[in-house]
Amino acid sequence: MAVKEEKIEVEGEVVEALPSTMFRIQVDGGHEVLATISGKMRKHYIRILPGDRVKVELSAYDLTRGRITYRYR
Amino acid sequence: MIIRKSPPEIERMARAGRVVADTLALIGEHVRPGVTTAELDAVAEEHITEQGGYPTFKGYRGYPAATCISPNDMVVHGIPGPYELADGDILSVDIGVTLDGFVGDSSFTFAVGEISADAERLLETGQAALAAGVEQCRPGNRLSDISHAIQAATESAGFSVVRSLVGHGVGRAMHEDPQIPNYGEPGRGPLLAEGMTFAIEPMINAGGPEIYVHDDEWSISTADGSLSAHFEHTVAITAGGPRILTAAPVLLR
Repeated sequence: MAVKEEKIEVEGEVVEALPSTMFRIQVDGGHEVLATISGKMRKHYIRILPGDRVKVELSAYDLTRGRITYRYR
Repeated sequence: MIIRKSPPEIERMARAGRVVADTLALIGEHVRPGVTTAELDAVAEEHITEQGGYPTFKGYRGYPAATCISPNDMVVHGIPGPYELADGDILSVDIGVTLDGFVGDSSFTFAVGEISADAERLLETGQAALAAGVEQCRPGNRLSDISHAIQAATESAGFSVVRSLVGHGVGRAMHEDPQIPNYGEPGRGPLLAEGMTFAIEPMINAGGPEIYVHDDEWSISTADGSLSAHFEHTVAITAGGPRILTAAPVLLR
């Protein structure tokens, strides 16, 4: 049985919307992350815009890539 | 910390692995249009218990069945049920067996009846990716050499690697250290050494790598609805290289 990869959750602000539903996010720690939207958010057509505050899951294996899992109000 | 097993312990794991491999082969004989995934699960569970083993997945974190059976665009962790196999389907079957205190974990994606040429290519690539990963399981290599080999084999065929699910160490527990991603740069991570036992399991998609979890909180499917294949072996690292503990007794298709 496969295991879900270890992830690190961080928060940040969306800086820029890029093609292919990728986003550049300024994480609260200071560094920038390239993130995609999680499947669950796509499924529910939740939109992300620059300026939004979001929760991002980072792969333990590459801290510059992530997945947006939540958009705060 | 990566637990290394002694030669007698690896033999015990090999015995569990053999039951897994035999069960997968048995399931392969039963795969045909019209059969339900619940029926396949029952066949597997019966065989495992007849061999004196226990189906590891059953009750694991609340999982309700003995096997994970995932058709077509389902990647992994499909719960067996009333789904009837159809001609042209691909079917991923994941089996875990606990025997004599040790776990064996293996998977195979079967073709149901006649499948499309693209699906055939996906299955071949999945097996090649697993073989490439297994080949890296030698003392002196680094963990991500496995990950990189799988990614290279998959992406050179034009398919994508699922990133959020990983392989894992295996032994007395089903999931042990380390996590083994199926992508990454080579030369990173822990040094591989004799006695390490890994479940190497590439999950590859015909379309993009994104996946989502169903409402049953187990089954996982591709976000873009493309086909997904899953192949897995439990491998022990020996001085001479990889030893597959779940090698199939017959050629599976």
